[in-house]
Amino acid sequence: MQFYSTSLQSRLMLGTAGYPSPASLLAAIKSAAVDVVTVSLRRESSGARAGQQFWALIRDAGVRVLPNTAGCHSASEAVTTAHMAREVFGTNWIKLEVIGDTDTLQPDVFGLVEAARILCSEGFEVFPYTTEDLIVAEKLVAAGCRVLMPWGAPIGSGRGLNNIPALRTLRARFPDVALVVDAGLGLPSHAAQAMELGFDAVLVNTAVAQADDPPAMARAFALAVQAGLQGWQAGPIPQRDFAVPSTPVVGKAVFT
Amino acid sequence: MKIILNGEDCDVSAVTVAAVLDELGYAGTFATALNGRFVPQGQRADTPLSPQDRLEVIAPMQGG
Repeated sequence: MQFYSTSLQSRLMLGTAGYPSPASLLAAIKSAAVDVVTVSLRRESSGARAGQQFWALIRDAGVRVLPNTAGCHSASEAVTTAHMAREVFGTNWIKLEVIGDTDTLQPDVFGLVEAARILCSEGFEVFPYTTEDLIVAEKLVAAGCRVLMPWGAPIGSGRGLNNIPALRTLRARFPDVALVVDAGLGLPSHAAQAMELGFDAVLVNTAVAQADDPPAMARAFALAVQAGLQGWQAGPIPQRDFAVPSTPVVGKAVFT
Repeated sequence: MKIILNGEDCDVSAVTVAAVLDELGYAGTFATALNGRFVPQGQRADTPLSPQDRLEVIAPMQGG
């Protein structure tokens, strides 16, 4: 699997927020054997060391980072944050979030497309957090995005895939774009379902971080992603409205 | 001079972004923005500060 020109083994990405402890986060990264984790940026006072300690932990984990622009509510805010993230984390990757609504954390897709155009033109490799809207996806691809990250459901909701037909449409329409379900997954089966639709990867944070046993849940998600991928690659049968007998009817005995 | 550092009033004597960061004791990995515009590390020493400037200093943190 590739994101832009980078090849990766794992199709599960983990967010790093909300774990009970740094050790728990590290154990989750290890138990799921992920290649990529998401990170963010926040204000830090001169005496504080929390950010530096967190960054040291992630560097020691040996994973690639995908910085986000979480909390940005305008294209210009997101672009400035992306510039700062590129310098801090030393990567052209940016998980572009432009939030339009504080209750649902639904992306402002107009600001998203505007910011994506700017950042792609500046050489960033943009991972836009978007809705499942087909036309928005087309605009993002036209802007230069080679990865799309539609939400499954609102961030942290644990609801799974709210609009499967639309996600299926995205897969059919963009066969050469890496598709990642980002946000809203609650269970490993949700991740398997995304992969069974032919998605390239999934990104999970809250479902792992807030589980009773984050490392065990991370492992469960990794296994589900593998199962879903193999199911997709094996060629699922189409759904039907009526029964089709699996036992051959030819040669059936007649007793009446 | 009074500047606004990460949203709070702050009295500093240095007159460039780089010098203020030294004065305040910042160390490690962080990025800066002045009045909403990113200031790359290489330009901090040449970026002057004026009273009431808004300086943002941000560092890595957990994210989803």
